[in-house]
Amino acid sequence: MANEIIRIENLRRVFHVGDEDVHALKDISFSIAQGEFVSIMGTSGSGKSTMLNILGCLDTPTSGEYIIDGINVKTLNNNALSTLRNRKIGFVFQSYNLLARTTALENVELPLLYNHEVSAKERRERALAALEAVGLSERLMHTPNQLSGGQQQRVAIARAIVNDPVILLADEATGNLDTRTSYEIMSLFQDLHQKGKTIAFVTHEPDIAVFTSRTIKLRDGHIIEDKQIETQSAADALANMPVNEES
Amino acid sequence: MNFNNLSKIAIKALLRNKGRAILTMLGIVIGIASVITMVSLGQSSTYNIKQELSSMGSNMIMISPAFQQHGGVKMGNSNAKSLTLNDYKTIKANARYVSKVSPTVATSAQAVYGANNHPASIQGISPDYLDIRKYELERGVLFSEKDVISYAKVCIIGQTIVKNLFTDGTNPIGATIRFGSVPMKVVGVLVSKGGNQMGQDQDDIVFAPYTTVQKRFSGINHLNMITASATSEEESELAATEITQILRKNHKIASGDEDDFEVFTQEEILSTVNSVTQLLTALLSAIAAISLIVGGIGIMNIMYVTVTERTKEIGLRMAIGAHKRDIMMQFLFESVTLSLIGGIIGIIFGLIAAYALSSLLGWPYVVSEMSIVASFLVCAATGVFFGWYPAKRAANLDPITAIRYE
Ligand SMILES: Nc1ncnc2c1ncn2[C@@H]1O[C@H](COP(=O)(O)OP(=O)(O)O)[C@@H](O)[C@H]1O
Ligand SMILES: [Mg+2]
Repeated sequence: MANEIIRIENLRRVFHVGDEDVHALKDISFSIAQGEFVSIMGTSGSGKSTMLNILGCLDTPTSGEYIIDGINVKTLNNNALSTLRNRKIGFVFQSYNLLARTTALENVELPLLYNHEVSAKERRERALAALEAVGLSERLMHTPNQLSGGQQQRVAIARAIVNDPVILLADEATGNLDTRTSYEIMSLFQDLHQKGKTIAFVTHEPDIAVFTSRTIKLRDGHIIEDKQIETQSAADALANMPVNEES
Repeated sequence: MNFNNLSKIAIKALLRNKGRAILTMLGIVIGIASVITMVSLGQSSTYNIKQELSSMGSNMIMISPAFQQHGGVKMGNSNAKSLTLNDYKTIKANARYVSKVSPTVATSAQAVYGANNHPASIQGISPDYLDIRKYELERGVLFSEKDVISYAKVCIIGQTIVKNLFTDGTNPIGATIRFGSVPMKVVGVLVSKGGNQMGQDQDDIVFAPYTTVQKRFSGINHLNMITASATSEEESELAATEITQILRKNHKIASGDEDDFEVFTQEEILSTVNSVTQLLTALLSAIAAISLIVGGIGIMNIMYVTVTERTKEIGLRMAIGAHKRDIMMQFLFESVTLSLIGGIIGIIFGLIAAYALSSLLGWPYVVSEMSIVASFLVCAATGVFFGWYPAKRAANLDPITAIRYE
């Protein structure tokens, strides 16, 4: 496969709870190539978040291989994992996780503060560019409580792309939003995908997964389905939505 | 992460919760302010006392009759009669480390001049006394040894006496003042010395030859006191020892028996003041330590609350690439910033309070650089010490759990 960003081989993740072992991921293997927009689907408890945490190097597999951008994470210590997250990964969370009482611009600058190779000037420029890419150039100095949920998630997406990551990871990124705003956010993800971003998008909602180009379905820690799908346009879905009607 | 970014992150975090930051600092502010104020006031009062002591006399040695014990009860020494004229004369003749010596015979009488009168305390002295006690003449002359021998009716008066008796501004020199029934001619007027630390007016004084006072007023033969100057500051201890030996011999005190007199040197009084000051400083340091511990515990407490409250933020920072060390340093930096700013505010308040109080008390304003530097260092140490555990806890959070924390 050309330009493999992610390769996972025979990956297992076992949690030890008391005397019990919880097998959250059982012998998983798959790859993600550059430029893919993958949704990871499954019911609650199927192992989606566990998968995403491992992809994001917040968690490490119990066994098996995980190679991101040519780096085997098994070989990395805690600090190296942090640096890897800082340089190669962008996270978008369900609950936005913006710093309160902090402007959109400063929230977006945050990852670059932990990268000493980026000067203050470059930091500001890149944050402005990221906010422009998510359509929030008019809201630079707004704090989270002055922004709608959709706008807050846009700031979070700007923060996730500001370090130009090799992969963008989203965990139920539309979970807190109404249908219209969800479509808007999906449309934004599609834009980013168009511009070449590789995205892994966790969701349990099938009508959100249709906006991606490939779905990986999990059940009980196994992959039960992995297929390319016909991508639907979120912009079209928005246009076709009945006006003046909240979902 | 570099220091620049670290300080930016920590200061922004503090600014996001200004009200709490100020409340957290309060303990440190109050602690440091009170320490700075007390140290400054302590030093200015010590400075005051030392000034006063050194203006009292030059290498002065004071010899007074001992407290007399009656059945274990210490009695006043005013009636003690152990010092005699002979003691004075032997010291004058034999003590090698004594440059000047004068007896003191005290009495009091109503001073009358024309229509004015004033209750005066009269000190019978020898001409050396003025040098020993650093009194200076503003006008006129000192009475002579000849006046002493002839118990001449001459006197030297202080400014308060001048003010009260010579209300019309006439020159006191040559005037005759009646003290009780004894008329005495004024030969000199003293330069004003003002009040002393105890509030006594040092200008309300009349000096006369000790012979005159003994013969014409009190009719006594013993001395209230002998005052001497040592040949130098270094030799005052030697002089005191020498005087003690002379007096023991004069008084025929068997070895092993207690002296019936007491000898103080100016240096001894100074060192007493110094040891009191040291005790005071130790006490202040203890108060400082306690107040800083209390302030530090306040910081620790708030830092723990902050870490718990900001668990989600910490999780996020870790997810986007903060190292454990970055998180640790951020919270340490926050607590040190809190304690240092608290310390600086405390120092400023302390200096202002010390200035206000010392000018209110009419004391000199003494600023101790030492106490400022020490306060600053102690504040920094407090911030590190009490911020350490909360910061450690923050750094050891698991990012996955932390980011889900509600
Ligand atoms: N930290 C953990 N400790 C113990 N069990 C866990 C932990 N995280 C997840 N699990 C378990 O792993 C399984 C998968 O969880 P998760 O990945 O969160 O599912 P999803 O995100 O698909 O709802 C669940 O059974 C869950 O209880
Ligand atoms: Mg989940």
